[in-house]
Amino acid sequence: MDFNFSDEQNMVRDGISRLVREQYDWDTRRGIIASDAGWSPEFWAQLAELGMLAAPFSEEDGGFGGGAVETMLIMEEFGKGLVVEPFIPSVVCAGGFLKHAGTAAQKEEYLSAIIAGEKVFAFAYAEPQGRYDLANLTTTAKKDGEGYTLNGQKAVVIGAPWASHFVVTARTSGGQADQNGVSVFIVAKDAAGVSLRDYATVDGRRASEVYFENVSVSADALIGELDNGLPLIETVVDEATVAVCAEATGAMQVTHAMTLEYAKQRKQFGVPISTFQVLQHRMVDMFMEYEQSISMSYLATIKLDEGEAERKHAVSSAKVRVGQSARFVGQSAVQTHGGMGVTDETAVGSYFKRLSIIEGEFGSVDHHMRRHIKLTAAA
Amino acid sequence: MNLEFTAEENAFRDEVRSFIENNYPQNIERAAVQDDMSPEDMTAWHKILGKKGWSVPAWPEQYGGTGWTPTQRYIWSEENARVNAVMPLPFGVAMVAPVIYTFGNEEQKAKHLPGIRSGEVWWCQGYSEPGAGSDLASLKTTAVRDGDDYILNGQKTWTTLAQHADWGFFLCRTDPDAPKPQQGISFILVDMKTPGIEVRPIKLIDGGYEVNEVWLTDVRVPAENLIGEENKGWTYAKFLLAHERSGIAGVARSKRGVEQLKDIAKHEMLDGEPLLQDMGFATKISQLEIDLAALEITELRTLAGEQAGKGPGPESSLLKVKGTEIQQRLTELTLEAVGYYGAPDFRSFPADGSNDFPIGPDYAHSAAPTYFNMRKTSIYGGSNEIQRNIITKMVLGL
Repeated sequence: MDFNFSDEQNMVRDGISRLVREQYDWDTRRGIIASDAGWSPEFWAQLAELGMLAAPFSEEDGGFGGGAVETMLIMEEFGKGLVVEPFIPSVVCAGGFLKHAGTAAQKEEYLSAIIAGEKVFAFAYAEPQGRYDLANLTTTAKKDGEGYTLNGQKAVVIGAPWASHFVVTARTSGGQADQNGVSVFIVAKDAAGVSLRDYATVDGRRASEVYFENVSVSADALIGELDNGLPLIETVVDEATVAVCAEATGAMQVTHAMTLEYAKQRKQFGVPISTFQVLQHRMVDMFMEYEQSISMSYLATIKLDEGEAERKHAVSSAKVRVGQSARFVGQSAVQTHGGMGVTDETAVGSYFKRLSIIEGEFGSVDHHMRRHIKLTAAA
Repeated sequence: MNLEFTAEENAFRDEVRSFIENNYPQNIERAAVQDDMSPEDMTAWHKILGKKGWSVPAWPEQYGGTGWTPTQRYIWSEENARVNAVMPLPFGVAMVAPVIYTFGNEEQKAKHLPGIRSGEVWWCQGYSEPGAGSDLASLKTTAVRDGDDYILNGQKTWTTLAQHADWGFFLCRTDPDAPKPQQGISFILVDMKTPGIEVRPIKLIDGGYEVNEVWLTDVRVPAENLIGEENKGWTYAKFLLAHERSGIAGVARSKRGVEQLKDIAKHEMLDGEPLLQDMGFATKISQLEIDLAALEITELRTLAGEQAGKGPGPESSLLKVKGTEIQQRLTELTLEAVGYYGAPDFRSFPADGSNDFPIGPDYAHSAAPTYFNMRKTSIYGGSNEIQRNIITKMVLGL
């Protein structure tokens, strides 16, 4: 049993922590999300230059031999700074698909470019009717000569406006929600027939509805097995889920620290409100919540490499715990800040908004509770 | 970072498991309410472990500790929970002994530690008073020096299992004029057979008699029973409370409790299906399992910190709060699960056995008393509100 990080892992954490503190302070972030692009390609290039986009990949794949722990450390720091850049869509998701199932040629063409920051991916999987069911797909990919033709709509594709490419899940056979018949494709954003409706999200990011209309891709756009893509998708989404849990733990720690600081300064009835026991105990509860979430983030990160059932059990446990903590910590922070908590100018509101959206990302508390129940009832 | 146990730790687990399997007394099971067990049953395992040299793993080796790492001690508690073992009571082993070996003199160590280790001497804790609960420092029981003795007068309460105790450790006021109430308190060991001590059992909501009032009237105690310095008792008391909190999470026992609860929910039926299949009830069980997993990892993180040389800090307050919340939720769900058969009061059945046929499933008998009994956990050892005050001060720095 060991909760220590290796020297290399500590270097990743220290490096990313310094970078976020120095290059991604509150005003800089405000500027970035208000800009036309809505993200900072310069910051992304810097991450690539420092090797951060390579951190979770093996040396054969052009990385530094890291894995889920590196992703966790990076995402926790990103959570502290509310970094909007698309580490999860491009590195964890697209990089994950390529790492697990990419051919040598696909890795050569795409993974090295992801690591170098030259190609940026978004992950187009959710659909308007599918909620959190990864297999409920109306987007189709039909065999067309050597290649495939895609048709359909993907919902709230995070980072799509910034992306050069998409990883797209599509139905290649079977009924709308069948477990079989799901496949995964790489589609260039500039492919004929791809169109986007871009928008901002409430937590400072950008996303799109992405439409595919008779989009032709070649046979080598398929990642993994034809029709048997679901286990791969579940693996990658579990990895992304754990990454967003780590992001939440970072955001919660800062939210808590901010609340504590505010309570010490804010005076009512002639004394700092931090002297009121009812607020002290609420802040203690916030502390206990994020500590429990950190524990679950560790557990799920470690269990990602275990067998499918154990992995899913740990990931859903973590997402339930983190989702509940995120709601409690976010709401308590706003409440303790009083009116200031609901103004647009204070940072706490932005942390609250991000935490609120994280609750539903890659499955809500209820979704993961149901998955947990199914797994334990089967056991 | 990994959660694997080392080969040595796995070998250790095998060793203690086989020792427990071969030596744990077959007929002794943990009762829901402690005083439903005989004093002999309560100390049987303690005495066996004393002979083996495993009764006080956490003590320094020079006093009989096993020298196990925190991880080994964790494995030890897990293995004991597997058989629902009746562990050594904490009052001697985990409470007064650390005070004696840390602050006591050589005579006191030689006199008291062996009996605590072997399980021959039963201890009780004289802390709370009718007017001094969470505000423990306001205690009023006095110890007045008279030659080579102290004369004790006052009333203690909530004294767990004092009806069986040979010795007690008491907090008494020795300087009523001290500028702060904390400064006039002394820590005194008392032979419970001393004249002037009266133990009056208190009936609790579970129907049992787990705690007592202890009345002290002109109780003459040799001054050599003072631990450390006069008027420094509060320091020792605080030290003891921190010790009491570590291990209080009860993760291993709660894990076993969850399995028992699931077992019950498999047998209880709802609309022709096992209760365990009901989404509403299954959600509560899953929530409990998830919270317990989080607590377990948090405890392991704390243990890892201890192994790296950090003492039990304010994290132990977190473990106490979350651990007791889970213990309570477990009992509340068990009562919920058994349905109507939570209601019969099995203590009310005639002792002549005339009502001695099965009424409801066996697992239902203890559901309500256990639920009632476990309300104590968020109250004792420093109430959960007091624990939040401690975290406020020690972690939030307020």
